[in-house]
Amino acid sequence: MSNTLGVLARFANPAELIEAAKKVREAGYKKFDCHSPFPIHGMDDAMGLKRSPLGFIVGGMTLTGALVGMTLQYWVAAVEYPLVISGKPFFSWQAFIIITFALFVLFGAFGAVLGMFHLNRLPRLHHPVFYSDQFARVTDDAFFVSIEVEDPKFDDKQTQAFLTGIGGVDIELVVGE
Amino acid sequence: MSILNKHPERDPSVAEAVASDELLVTGGHTFTTLTDKVSGIVEKKTPPQWYLLFAMAISGLLVLLGAIGWLVFEGTGIWGLNNPVGWGWAIVNFVFWVGIGHAGTLISAILFLLRQQWRTAINRFAEAMTIFAVICALVFPGIHVGRIWLAYYMFPIPNQMLIWPNFRSPLLWDIFAVGTYFTVSTLFWYVGLIPDLATLRDRATKLRKKVLGFFALGWRGGNRQWQHYEKAYLMLAGLATPLVLSVHSVVATDFATSMVPGWHTTIFPPYFVAGAVFSGFGMVMTLALIARKIYGLEDIITVNHLERMNKIILVTGSMVGYAYLSEFFIAWYSGNQFEVFAFINRALGPYAWAYWIMFTCNVITPQIFWFKKVRRSIPIMFVASIFVNIGMWFERFVITVTSLSRDYLPSSWDYFSPSFWDIITFVGSFGLFFTFFLLFLRFLPMVALSEVKGVLPEADPHHYSHKDGGAK
Repeated sequence: MSNTLGVLARFANPAELIEAAKKVREAGYKKFDCHSPFPIHGMDDAMGLKRSPLGFIVGGMTLTGALVGMTLQYWVAAVEYPLVISGKPFFSWQAFIIITFALFVLFGAFGAVLGMFHLNRLPRLHHPVFYSDQFARVTDDAFFVSIEVEDPKFDDKQTQAFLTGIGGVDIELVVGE
Repeated sequence: MSILNKHPERDPSVAEAVASDELLVTGGHTFTTLTDKVSGIVEKKTPPQWYLLFAMAISGLLVLLGAIGWLVFEGTGIWGLNNPVGWGWAIVNFVFWVGIGHAGTLISAILFLLRQQWRTAINRFAEAMTIFAVICALVFPGIHVGRIWLAYYMFPIPNQMLIWPNFRSPLLWDIFAVGTYFTVSTLFWYVGLIPDLATLRDRATKLRKKVLGFFALGWRGGNRQWQHYEKAYLMLAGLATPLVLSVHSVVATDFATSMVPGWHTTIFPPYFVAGAVFSGFGMVMTLALIARKIYGLEDIITVNHLERMNKIILVTGSMVGYAYLSEFFIAWYSGNQFEVFAFINRALGPYAWAYWIMFTCNVITPQIFWFKKVRRSIPIMFVASIFVNIGMWFERFVITVTSLSRDYLPSSWDYFSPSFWDIITFVGSFGLFFTFFLLFLRFLPMVALSEVKGVLPEADPHHYSHKDGGAK
């Protein structure tokens, strides 16, 4: 038994892919994506994507890191193991700025990478588009639009005809096993 | 008005500037030929030179392991350390290797924020160089007391002694700064690799496809992914930029917060950062010239790229030279007799030979890059890049050893000479570095493919509307 998972159409170049993205969006499709070997400038607007919320994740993580750094040093130097060093106060915060900053950056970097993985739902080792044989070219030189079967507007025949109409070639019905 | 605010199609001056700018990739490459070229390096037969270099690197690594083994067995007595000079080649080598790493982050993060698109040809292997250089650097604090089983003393972890490290010490700041630097550089490098690993995955079969597919995480190049990916890349660049400037500043405070004449100066942090970038570009240049030759990457790493790197070497080398001179001025101007003596001793004392090697290599060598012909001559820049690395190693040697060997009390002065084990530990660290680097060249894409494709004219959607007569 086989089941349809979506439709894939190839476009010739980045400019055509952007035009296609606009038309797919205007036609009312929601569950679609535009695949390319490199990020294309202007594609976010063409697809009508909202701003990535990653900045908020990273911002939260950096502040957490700074807080952890300063608290750790305060607790060690002033609470758990107070030692007089060069006659300075136990909580000599000026000397603690550097490690606070290091942890600010460290937590922020993990926030950026893991936050990006989360937003992109990675790792996800399998996906319907990988059923297509031509899709391997997406990491080389090919530009694709994919529309998923879950999209409310999706219809085997109409969606394929629509993608042909806006200039797609090698239209392929993605069928799972 | 900045060039960024002008519209290229409405403002002819910008259009001319863009058109006259040389192409970043030469040789008429398309997306496919670039993929074939870069992927081919790891897919096709490995060139014989690689095996020769790898055999040398592994030999060096074994020498390092042997030297560390003897150090652990016998103790730091095998090194040339003596009573005033308690910090010898271990810290010299540590600072040398950390410094080399800085060029990779400058290329990958700072030049990214400055939108220097030429960075795409060199950023991948410069980042790899950073990671491996920092690994080499981290070896030295790990082994420098000869008792590697006590390395955990460096970390703030609960222990059986119920004591904690001193957070007011720059040596502990170093642990956090360099540790963070290593982690962030590795994350940055891996994020950059994901789309290129997917490229290799899509060209592979069987087990190789599965392994690459695992590390490519299922990347499928959808714009919904690129959107967050690019944001993450920007965020990492923004975080790595202040980080890289802070790391060598913190290394500088290891020296500057002490009371030793010649070390206790506020110029140290910026001077160390400039020196680090300088030495790192020297190393990037050496590696780039070799890799470019062996793998035939002249179209991707063009002479224009090399010329720009030489300009950075000239700028940072001159900054280092300025710092050397201003140290002398400040020593004199301070009126502090110990400070004055420390600097006269550096230039004219028992280590004058080392000082003048440093000065010649670091200050005089890069001045040849004022001339365009020299900036574009590959043999000259290769030799100069090696001089830069020699000079920057000697800079750390001069700073560390001259000040320690003759401080306040003449009765405690002594001359430091390295032992056989000092020398082979340092030589062996190159073995460690090149082992990692050659494995990287062999198994991973050494050019950031998706980024280089992104700077081809064909990647710009506007490129096509012009060709059709500009109907838009």
